Amino acid sequence: MTEAEREIKEKVRIYIMGREYKVPAGLTIMKAMEYAGYRFIRSSGCRGGFCGACATIYRVKGDYKLRMALACQETVEDGMYISQIPFTPAEKPIYNLEELSPSANVFLEYYPEIAKCVSCNTCTKACPQDLEVMDYVQAALRGDFQEVASLSFDCIACGLCATRCPAEIVPYNIALLARRLYGKYVMPKAKHVEERIKEIESGKFNEEIQKLMDTGLRDLKEIYEKREIEPE
Amino acid sequence: MDLVEKVKSISGEDVLSCYQCGLCSGSCPVRFAMDLSPTQVIRLVQVGNIEKILESNTFWICSTCFACHARCPREINITRIMEALRQIRLRRDQDKISVNKIPKEELKILPPIALVSNFRKTTA
Amino acid sequence: MVKIPYYPGCAVQTTARNYSISGIAVAKKLGIELVELPKWNCCGVFPSLATDDLMRHLAPIRNLIHVQEMNENGIVQNENRVITFCSMCYHTLKEANLFLKDAEKMEKINTFLEREKEFVGGVKEGYKGGVEALDFLEVLRDIVGYDRITKEVKKPLKGLKVAPYYGCLVLRPREIGIDDPENPTILEDILEALGAEVIDNPNRTQCCGSYHTVDRKDIVAKLTYDNLVYPIRNGAEVIVTCCPLCTFNLDHRQKEARKLRRDLQEIPVMYYTQLMAIAFGLDKQFWGVDLGLHYVDPKPLLKAKNLY
Repeated sequence: MTEAEREIKEKVRIYIMGREYKVPAGLTIMKAMEYAGYRFIRSSGCRGGFCGACATIYRVKGDYKLRMALACQETVEDGMYISQIPFTPAEKPIYNLEELSPSANVFLEYYPEIAKCVSCNTCTKACPQDLEVMDYVQAALRGDFQEVASLSFDCIACGLCATRCPAEIVPYNIALLARRLYGKYVMPKAKHVEERIKEIESGKFNEEIQKLMDTGLRDLKEIYEKREIEPE
Repeated sequence: MDLVEKVKSISGEDVLSCYQCGLCSGSCPVRFAMDLSPTQVIRLVQVGNIEKILESNTFWICSTCFACHARCPREINITRIMEALRQIRLRRDQDKISVNKIPKEELKILPPIALVSNFRKTTA
Repeated sequence: MVKIPYYPGCAVQTTARNYSISGIAVAKKLGIELVELPKWNCCGVFPSLATDDLMRHLAPIRNLIHVQEMNENGIVQNENRVITFCSMCYHTLKEANLFLKDAEKMEKINTFLEREKEFVGGVKEGYKGGVEALDFLEVLRDIVGYDRITKEVKKPLKGLKVAPYYGCLVLRPREIGIDDPENPTILEDILEALGAEVIDNPNRTQCCGSYHTVDRKDIVAKLTYDNLVYPIRNGAEVIVTCCPLCTFNLDHRQKEARKLRRDLQEIPVMYYTQLMAIAFGLDKQFWGVDLGLHYVDPKPLLKAKNLY
């Protein structure tokens, strides 16, 4: 028996929303749920750990710790009690980036609730991306948008920090504002993007796009399969 | 736990030792905005009428300046009693202020410490 | 140059930059290098006053742990003191130590914190105790000494009529206060060392209205009026403060106070460190008067006194 075969043979017991299932060891939570017969119509996206759609909370039998993970990344363990978080109802004020400046109080202006942070660090513990979430919330409180942007760079907005925060802060939206400010005020403008936009606007690609629009589904799929992929 | 016990346990203060001299109320810089004076609040805790205090604005108006505590001849930390009263309300998840209604022009200029301390005292 | 850990706090990084810019430069002139904590968070501003509210003590304790780490990482040597400018930060950090005298509570908090080890950026070790929070005013009185301050004065503030204002949190409660809660003298002594004329301010230890400035500006306006009108009647030309929230209320809320009582004259409000920077003859960039942070501009007064 190969390693892979043994893994499939070995089953672990998991509990999905209270119901017990035996699933092959080595599957991710997401695959295990599908194996158990669930079909994801929400809480699933890229399946590669980038989109943040599959936020999951679980506890392992016998352990008091409530753990957070992305269902597409975490492997199932025996005795896992799993619950999916479909999405986090998050406060998201409307702002116009053109009218914003990175002033000291810019975060307090749109997210005054960051002043409620008690530095408990629960958000950091919840982050499946291992970010120092509390530290960037604290940096936001003192208006240090560059620090917020750099500490939150790998945020995928899964929302787990927001569900855990006792002060009801939504860290990932604050981080998003910081990175937008960073992009606008610190990052050098990307020349090639500006040039490409000009090319698009001048109609350089109109013909090619029209060609794609006129292509049938089967041919489109074939083109997609054959596309050039950047080497890893 | 009844409310009197709750006030005592959260504040850790012995309210029974107060002999109602009134120095706390005389020292309070925000007494003018309170409906019950600090001395009255302590008396009501002593006689067990917390409901009447909870209807008042006194413990919300207290600005935690410790002037009463500094002068109390019985060394009661009245500031802590005010905190206990605030906590009794806040722990039921009742915000005293509406964070969303603070005007933007104010949020632009307020020191962060003003907001942090205000939210600690007025939001659940 | 003695190196001492320095906890800035949120206010002196934003609305009170004039405080830290002048304070750091003044400290340097007096032989103290303030070494900013490599990592810090908001102190929490007010310590929790409830016996059972442990979570709200985490914020100051984290900062004390960072001072501990600075020693372990060799950033400072055997230096358990941490200096702050902001009265609220000072109060909260100092209170955390008093609170932790209760061994049971200290253990509970440390057990919680030590579980962070496995997380990126988490606390690696609990708080061992013994970090001493110092307000910069205490440093000036007890470590530097008033004589040394007088020696550094290049431009005495002759004829400048200054009224000190302490507010609450550096003075009360007594076990936290840096001076007599009813009759403090530390600001007066510093101002005299700078050659200024100290004006009696009967309201110098009265509350500024504190956090009510967010949702009860009416209360703050009344207090600001009271806190300014008496020193002004006594002849004060400028109010000197040591707390960023007092400063905001005394300075910015003059607008509301004047709406309440039209007879109130405008008066500039400055940090004592700014006056020290001026008297020490430090470069103008360290005075913090050109950052647009003052509501009432102190420059006309400084010019009139030949100081700017």
